[in-house]
This record gives sequence, C-alpha cells and structure tokens, in this order.
Amino acid sequence: MSSETGKILTTDGIPLEVSLKKAERKNKIKAFLLVAPLLLFLLITYIFPIGDMLMRSVDDKMVTEMLPKTFKSMEKWDGKELPPEEVFESFYLDFQKLVEEKRDGKLSTQLNYTKNGFKSILKKLRRKAKNFEEGNYKEQIMAVHKRWADVEYWRAIQRRAPAYTSQKYLKGIDMYKNEEGKIVSVEEDRRVHRILWLRTLEIAFFVTLLCFLMAYPIAHLLATLPMKYSNLLMICVLLPFWTSLLVRTASWMILLQQQGVVNDFFVMIGLVAEDNRPEMMFNKTGTYVAMTQILLPFMVLPLYSVMKTISPSLMRAGKSLGGTPFVAFWKVYFPLTIPGIGAGCLLVFILAIGYYITPALVGGASGTLISNQIAFHMKSTLDWSFASAMGLMLLAGVLAIYWVYNKLVGVDNIKLG
Amino acid sequence: MALPKYTETRYRVWHYFYITICTCVFFFLIAPLFVIFPLSFNAEEFLSFSEGMKNLDPDAFSLRWYKDMIYGTKNPWGLAAKNSFIIAIFATLGSVLLGTVAALGLSSRHMPYKGLIMATLISPMIVPLIISGVAIFFFMAKAGLAATHTGIVLAHIILGTPFVVITVTATLSGFDHSVTRAASSLGSDPVNTFMKITLPLILPGVISGGLFAFVTSFDEVVVVLFLAGLENTTIPIQMWTGLREQLSPTILAVATCLIILSTLILVTAELLRRRSERLRGINR
Repeated sequence: MSSETGKILTTDGIPLEVSLKKAERKNKIKAFLLVAPLLLFLLITYIFPIGDMLMRSVDDKMVTEMLPKTFKSMEKWDGKELPPEEVFESFYLDFQKLVEEKRDGKLSTQLNYTKNGFKSILKKLRRKAKNFEEGNYKEQIMAVHKRWADVEYWRAIQRRAPAYTSQKYLKGIDMYKNEEGKIVSVEEDRRVHRILWLRTLEIAFFVTLLCFLMAYPIAHLLATLPMKYSNLLMICVLLPFWTSLLVRTASWMILLQQQGVVNDFFVMIGLVAEDNRPEMMFNKTGTYVAMTQILLPFMVLPLYSVMKTISPSLMRAGKSLGGTPFVAFWKVYFPLTIPGIGAGCLLVFILAIGYYITPALVGGASGTLISNQIAFHMKSTLDWSFASAMGLMLLAGVLAIYWVYNKLVGVDNIKLG
Repeated sequence: MALPKYTETRYRVWHYFYITICTCVFFFLIAPLFVIFPLSFNAEEFLSFSEGMKNLDPDAFSLRWYKDMIYGTKNPWGLAAKNSFIIAIFATLGSVLLGTVAALGLSSRHMPYKGLIMATLISPMIVPLIISGVAIFFFMAKAGLAATHTGIVLAHIILGTPFVVITVTATLSGFDHSVTRAASSLGSDPVNTFMKITLPLILPGVISGGLFAFVTSFDEVVVVLFLAGLENTTIPIQMWTGLREQLSPTILAVATCLIILSTLILVTAELLRRRSERLRGINR
C-alpha cells in the first residue's frame, strides 16, 4: 500500500491535515484582526510613550551634541593632568560655535549642574574669547580665569561626554556620582526623595492593612446575611464606589477641618477642648482617613465575591467535628478566603501607591506621596526627564508587586465587583 | 442574624461585638457622603454647620448655591458640565467599540499569545494613573493634541477600554458558541450573526463595561490635569481647582448633583448585573 492512500483526503483532494491547518490559521488571523485595532491604538498612544519616558529619563545628548570636537579630542586624555593643547583648541572652536548660535547659555546651565562655578568662568571666557589670537589656546584660556587651569573642571566636562546617563535615577533615590565617579548619597538633610518613597510605602501598607481589617467583617456579614438585607447593605459599599473621587475627598475636607463635624463631635463629647481643636487635615492623619474610606470598596468587593462561594455547611462541618467556632473559622473559613484577601490587598496597595488627588488635597506637606512629586516636576519645575525617571521607578515597583502576586496567587483571581 | 438559644455567653458577646464593628464600618463608608447634602443648602458662606442649621431654623437653609451653580456670573460649571458630558460620551463610545471587538477576538480559542495581549490591553488599569498621565501627555504633545477635546477623548478611551475588555470577556466566557454556529449553518453572514445573535446576548456585559468607561472618563482628573487647557475644563478639573483655591459651597451643590448621578448609575449597573445573572441562570 502506498503512503498516498494512507492519508485522508478532503473532497478537493487536499490532505485533511493540510486543510485543517489552513482553516486553523484562518481562524487565528481572524481572531487577531479583531484585537488588532485596540492593540495598535494602545501601542501607539500608550505603550510607546512609556518607552519614550524611558528614553527621556536617560537622555543626556544635549551636552554631547554641543561639544562634539572637545569630546572627540578628550578620548585620548587620561584625566590625570591638564588636557593637551588639542583639547583646549577644540573646546575653543565648539564654544565659539555655540556663542554664534547663542546656545552658550544652555551649556553653562548644564555644566553648572555637574560642577558649581562654571557659569561665571564661561561668561568670562565668552567676553575674552573675541580677542583670542590663533594658536596656543591652552595658555590663552588658562589666562581667562584660574579655574580654567584647574583639572577638576576639565574632568567635570569629560563626565558629560556620554549620551546616556543614570543621573536622574540616582537623584530619585538621593544619590549622585561624585568627582571620582563613585556613587554616593547626598547629605543627610537633603534626602527628600528617600523620605517620600518610604512614606509612600508606609502609607500604602497601612492603608491596605486598615482596609483589610475593616473590609473582612463587613464582607463576611454581606456574604452570610439573607439576600434582602445584604442587597440593602451592599448599597453602602457600592454608592461610594460609584461616586466621584473628588466628591468623596471634598466630604472629608469638610469633615476633618478644624470647625468640621468630627471636631465638633469631639468637643461635644468632651474629648478635646473648644479652643484646642486638633489639626486633622493637611497632614498624614487626613491622608490615612480619606484614603482608607475611598479605597475600602476595592477591598470589600473581591472579598465578598470569594466569600459568597464558600458554602456555610463547611463551617457547620468544622463545628460538628468538634472545633469551636473560632477554630472552625481559622482552620476552614479563613484559608478559603485567601484568594479574595490577595486580590483585595493587591488592588488597594497598587491603587494607594500611585495615589495623587486625595493626598494633594488633604495631605498638606507631610502627607503627600511620590505621585505628587512626579506631578510637581511635570507641571512646576518642568524637569520632565526627572519626572519620567521617578515614574518609571514607581512603575517598576508596581510591576514587581504584580509579578510576585502572580507567582503566589495568580492574577486570574481578580474580579471586578 | 438571630443566634440559636443554646449559644454560650462568650460567643454571644463576640457576636454583638462583630455586629457593632460592622455597623461602624458601614457608617464610616456611607456617612461622609451625607454630610454634603445638608451643607449644600447652607444660607451662609461657610462649609460648616451654622447655629441656625443645628437648630433646624428654616432661614438657615437656602437654594443660594444651586442658583449660583446654574446662573452665577463668570461661572465655569456650565462649560465644564458640557465638556464633561461630550468627552465622556465620545470616550465611552470609543471604548465600547474598540473594547468589544477586541474582547470578541480575545475570547476566540484560536487567539495566539492570549496572555501577553490581554496583559497589554488591560495595562492602563494596572499602571498608576500618574504614570499614564505623563506618558499620554508626551504622546499628545508630540501629536499636537494637547489641550484639545480630541486628545482628552483619546486619553479616556485608553483608560476606559480595559473595563470593557474585562466585562465583555467575562460575559463571553459563559457564551454558548453553538448558537453562532447554528446561525452560520442557517446561512447568516458573520456581521448579521453578530448583530442578531451575539450582541443581544452579551449586551449586559457591553453596557456595564460602557458604564465603567463612562464613569472613568467623567470622574477622571489626573490625566486631564496634564492635558486640558482653559477651553477643555471639565467638572472634576473645576472641583479640583475649587477645592484647592476658593472653597465655596457651590462645590457642594455640584457634589450633591454628582452623588445623585452616581446613584442613578449604581441603580442601572445593579439592574444590569441582576439581569445578566438571571440570563446566565436560565442558560444553565
């Protein structure tokens, strides 16, 4: 028997296997074409711009492009003693070109970032350089100011040669590259960013914990009450969930202000004196209270949807086998709710770590988070590359949390209400 | 939750303790919203209860701030409301269209690289808003769409589609594909099958995804803060500026209207959810 007859053929004489594969491929393409519009849209408007943030955050081409000849001639210089005449000459030529194009101001700002004191000596050089004679630029430049004869300043220029830099990332964790090229921390009293990162983590952690402690009992109650009562109580969870974030923040601003309802109540029950009302807003307390209430529904809903699936007969079985209600709860009920706890905590923690609006309104100076710093650099200082670097550090953190969560519990368990 | 008669005292105590805690948490969740209602009728210019209000004096209440919201001179709320609705409606339409079509593809068992693509599609929901804001701003600035309605609508489509993708794929997971095959075998073309068979069956999922997208757009402030110019101000932007600068009771009047709107949305969403649960129950 030949192998030809062994294969099953379709009516057109094509082997069935080939025909099936063809149909399969057609289906694959069909499915992909349906997803393609959204995928393409997101890639162009969202995923690539995040890549653009990465480029911006490490980009340091500005100085590299302003002093091309200088950096070329510096390649051979070992940086131990003053650079040779060749370097001085190319620096003079680059600098003259920048002066002609009126871009020398930008150069002095940039170099001043690397080492203080460049601004004045570049200004002086611009004035004097008009009358320079050809040849022997080393002597002439060094005569302009004694700092030009200092090798430190030439090393500072050399440090700006690479087109890419990790400087913005280091700045984000309060570190910098010092003159010897070592990475060191800034002085203790200027470590603002580390405090912010720690505070963000601390607030996100405690808000998650508070949400969990509050959500667990009410999710349990909602899941065990008869339908007609639980539906009514569910509104208490869902109404805040659907209400505008700004409305909820506004209500906390009204409640927590010094003449607010909470303070009125404290005075009424005699907890605090009328003339000594505590400041509950524009500090950490405000951030904690408002964020916990706002994020609470995100914890309740996943917990509820998991608890709803746990049959009450399991607890009864636990008790009938001799466990006290506490043991039955701890050994039977609680382990079954872990996927819900995981999903809720992940959701709340990730939302909390990137929170911006509420801390900005009720947090004051001591209750703001890393997001507020990013927005500040985007809108006020316009240091977009630094904002990008901070944003990407935050994003890396969030993705790491996802990855760990996915390893431990599995992202598939997340449910939307 | 009545306890059986034989319950020991310590469990009885524990039970009442548990009920008390639950009551407190529910109060903590819902009470802050209700502070806004009475204060929005305040006759005074303060954001706290006046003596008159505490004594329920009718003169202490007025509709002054509602009038100011609607007729007030140089008042931004009209423009903001118009912008908010236009942007939210177009963003919802865009999200629903792109999201539903993508969900159909994703639910096909032939879809290659399903996990990776799904992760990409729902990434705007996972990435912190501030980062999305920065990235979208960079794109819109390059594309010349910053401070335009189009730019904000596109940004809100990005943020809204994950919700549609998730709700529609969830609905499709319980979908019986033999009905579409039956339709094709009876001679219906794919578009007709989709319009007559698939869409009516997945409609609750599509609408609830659309509701999520609408609320996301209507309530979104972080990305709009980066993108909006004076012309594109929205209700959340106005509330944000108001809460930061001149805290006037007009904001409370607006907030009351927003709470009423969200109640309506909540009721719609709940009715839809129940309907879809019922439908799925019949299918089983």
